[in-house]
Amino acid sequence: MVSKLDDYLRFNEAALGLRSQRQQVLASNIANADTPNYKARDIDFASALKGAMSNTPAPGSLATTSPQHQQAVASGNALADGTPVLYRQNAQGSADNNTVDMDVERNQFADNAVRYEAGITMLNHQIRNLMAAIQGGQ
Amino acid sequence: MSLFNIFNVAGSGMSAQAQRLNATASNLANADSVTDASGKAYRAKQVVFESVPIDGGSTAVKVAQVVEDPSPLKQQYDPKNPMADEKGYVSMPNVNVVDEMVNMLSASRSYQNNVETMNAAKTMLLKTLTIGQ
Repeated sequence: MVSKLDDYLRFNEAALGLRSQRQQVLASNIANADTPNYKARDIDFASALKGAMSNTPAPGSLATTSPQHQQAVASGNALADGTPVLYRQNAQGSADNNTVDMDVERNQFADNAVRYEAGITMLNHQIRNLMAAIQGGQ
Repeated sequence: MSLFNIFNVAGSGMSAQAQRLNATASNLANADSVTDASGKAYRAKQVVFESVPIDGGSTAVKVAQVVEDPSPLKQQYDPKNPMADEKGYVSMPNVNVVDEMVNMLSASRSYQNNVETMNAAKTMLLKTLTIGQ
């Protein structure tokens, strides 16, 4: 029963987790818009979500078969769950080798924030449906 | 909770841009300062940004150093000035006012971007608190 509840909510939970991670990467790009040689980064959301839902570890993550094995931690090139953080292709170069395009970053940031809130609304509806089923329409 | 990291990242961006704005304000205020405590003309100061990886795969920004502009001081012919050399030239600060104005606008806009990043993260966090209500 509990695993059914878990399965029911898992998709939106995974999506929200990835959305918040992506928001963090985009915030880093905006903060470093004036840092020389900084390269704008992003994650491939669709493939990261697919990896999270299919229970297969993302490429590059560590398999732990013993409790004494080290847990993977977030590094410069991957999130804590092993999702690779990629570099953005820039449309036009700049004198200081910085590849942050503020229009793209602001656009993606707003888009990601709205989708995050949509995910929360969806999760709320799922919980409301569960409550309706539990209470039997009373 | 990774959304809280956005406060750290945007906060580091805000303080770095504020330092840059501070340097610009110093340069503009001292654009005509012929002498300082050591008797030399003022030299323009510029901040150098550096990205700093922090926990959770995000990258903050900090001011690595403040450098003085090494370009030559402007020479102005003004023999009546007490600071003039034997040929009558006064060394004026190497502040480029146009550059500083551009820097000021750029720092101000970047600061605003970071403020909005922080506000968006706050809205998302508050929305998250409504799950299950």
